[in-house]
Amino acid sequence: MSTEKNIYTVTIYTENNIGLLNRISAIFQRRHINIESINSSVSEIENVSKWTLVVKLHVDSMKRIIGQIEKQVEVIKAYYHTDEETIYQESCLFKIKSDLLFDERQIQNIIKESNARIVTVNKVFFVLEKSGRKEEIELLYRELSVFGIMQFTRSGRVAVTKNEMKISTMLKA
Amino acid sequence: MKETETIQIVRKETATTERISGSEAVIKCLLAEGVDILYGYPGGAIMPVYDELYKYQDKIHHVLTRHEQGATHAAQGYARISGKVGVAIATSGPGATNLITGIADAQIDSTPMVCITGQVGSQLLGSDAFQETDIVGISTPVTKWNHQITKASEIPEVLAKAFYIAKSGRPGPVLIDITKDAQFEEFDFKYEKCKGIRSYKPVPETDKNSLKAAAELINKAKKPLIIWGQGIILSEAEEAFKAVIEKAGIPAAWTILGVSAIPTSHPLNVGMVGMHGNYAPNVLTNECDVLIAIGMRFDDRVTGNLESYAKQAKVIHFEIDPAEIDKNVKTDVAVLGDAKSSLKALLPLLNANSHNDWHHKFKALYEIEFEKVIKNDLHPTKESLTMGEVLKEINIHTKGEAAIVSDVGQHQMVACRYANFNTTKSNITSGGLGTMGFALPAAIGAKMAAPEREVVMIAGDGGYQMTIQELGTIFQQKVPVKIVVLNNEFLGMVRQWQQLFFDKRYASTEMVNPDFVAIAKGYHIDAKKVTKREDLKNAVKEMIDCKGPYFLEVRVEKEGNVFPMIPTGASVSDIRLE
Repeated sequence: MSTEKNIYTVTIYTENNIGLLNRISAIFQRRHINIESINSSVSEIENVSKWTLVVKLHVDSMKRIIGQIEKQVEVIKAYYHTDEETIYQESCLFKIKSDLLFDERQIQNIIKESNARIVTVNKVFFVLEKSGRKEEIELLYRELSVFGIMQFTRSGRVAVTKNEMKISTMLKA
Repeated sequence: MKETETIQIVRKETATTERISGSEAVIKCLLAEGVDILYGYPGGAIMPVYDELYKYQDKIHHVLTRHEQGATHAAQGYARISGKVGVAIATSGPGATNLITGIADAQIDSTPMVCITGQVGSQLLGSDAFQETDIVGISTPVTKWNHQITKASEIPEVLAKAFYIAKSGRPGPVLIDITKDAQFEEFDFKYEKCKGIRSYKPVPETDKNSLKAAAELINKAKKPLIIWGQGIILSEAEEAFKAVIEKAGIPAAWTILGVSAIPTSHPLNVGMVGMHGNYAPNVLTNECDVLIAIGMRFDDRVTGNLESYAKQAKVIHFEIDPAEIDKNVKTDVAVLGDAKSSLKALLPLLNANSHNDWHHKFKALYEIEFEKVIKNDLHPTKESLTMGEVLKEINIHTKGEAAIVSDVGQHQMVACRYANFNTTKSNITSGGLGTMGFALPAAIGAKMAAPEREVVMIAGDGGYQMTIQELGTIFQQKVPVKIVVLNNEFLGMVRQWQQLFFDKRYASTEMVNPDFVAIAKGYHIDAKKVTKREDLKNAVKEMIDCKGPYFLEVRVEKEGNVFPMIPTGASVSDIRLE
């Protein structure tokens, strides 16, 4: 059995019901597995929620957990994919003192080079938004942290797969 | 004239609905699902439902247990012997949390059960109100499904789903929490049974190719071994299973929950696998060339060390729950689906066979186990009574027709090893969770579900005292269960481990016990204590002949051990006989 842990993007299509978050997270908690990130939103199908989780696991554990997730009554289908099989992004917001925008010319260059977007500016602070891979966001964080960051937040991963996920046809069947 | 017309029209429109309270709707849903008995304990947040139970008492029988845990185990016993959904009901807060052990037990042993709990009014949710607890949150990891109802109008659909989910596919427990205001609220009631849920596929489709592949492996096998589990019983595949093993001539061993699917005396029955199972099937698990698992889940108590479990064999797994495939043991062929239909489809693909030489190996190993273990258990020469000889007497007097409800520990292993079963659904025990205190309330449920059956409960002195208060239920309901306590004044299984692996340091395993006979008699239950071999036969006979409930305490050997035994972490083939 391979002992190597991989990063997997877990995609779960579910009914939109109260308590399902608890039920899904309990599957990981019970096995002492940390969820690196989690995102829940509407999906491409009406009244179906789509969850995107990132976990670090052995492939055998991953398969077993997918089985446990799919076993839940309100789960329609669960998938796992490697980074190579998905297109994924995260999003983040930086809140930074407005003075720095004018006092530290370097910041403007960093914003330009990183393809970050200024969401709002007022006298006290400005807010920077950046979408991208985790590494890009981490790089930007490191660069900006030199100047001081008032607040920082990063979203969970959102991902789509390169291959088709046949959920709509499954639901029709 | 006009007025009457309007009234008539309105009546027509509401012909299929009626305006009733949420609590009355609960009863009507239960009746629609064929529930005629439920086990529970009243309290503040469930009182509206109890008020309706009072009104409907001619149609639905509520059994007041002495603890909510007892209600769940009784519901389990009811479900296990009948195959129907057991129902337990309790109030909010402590009433609800007391259900958890039984729910967890039902989850791991795949027992269909619906639990209904009252909850504080929806306006009080989250306010730390009196007897408020987040039972939906608490029960989530141990239920197949759960749901909280805050509006009466949700009751019919949610309860219909609850029964459908509990019973279909791989069965399990469902908990429905109903706020008090939803119980009082009136609405237009209409009930429709649940026929399907889009996100839930109870029985996976059976792939014909995997069936063919399985048949090929079985037909080519020289030393095939079947291990069957409760899946045979849950899918009522007993006859199909018998046909398969008889045609292919394959020795068949069972897990603790699988026993009774075929009669104990069946010539192809080679005994129990696992930690305290029989010698031959355990040893030969590591010699067979094809291992055929049917409706079982390779529990660690069955497999011992997985690294050295059946590595030489091709493994075929017949299973209803896809999550069980490759969970513990990697399979070569997985046949998903309901055991009954899979086995029926398998039968014509199999060649007739007898595997005589292979059977001789089982017989030879049985002889060794008989000499070293079984003979001393069933026909002891030492002075003190053994648990095995009590089972032997019970077999004689019940002729193998009884349902045996065992608790957890040494006596459980002895009961499962030595009890004779002629009919299916007759071994009721807590297999996966190992819940001490299971047996007494489970026996109540079993006897009430099958009043024509003899139901013999067997417990140790430890587990018996965990739910001993249910004697009150037996007395009040006049449930004629036979209660056997095998008293060794120890928590015997733990003591055995302390002896074998902790250098005889008997930490907190010795029990100073009360006068059990006096306690039973306090509940007006006929009772007797046996300490000598010469009194055993008559005492068991008296118990079985008794029309009402009966309590029999047998003082057995204090430091008796259960063998064979696979020590934790050892391989199945390293099973110890002494």
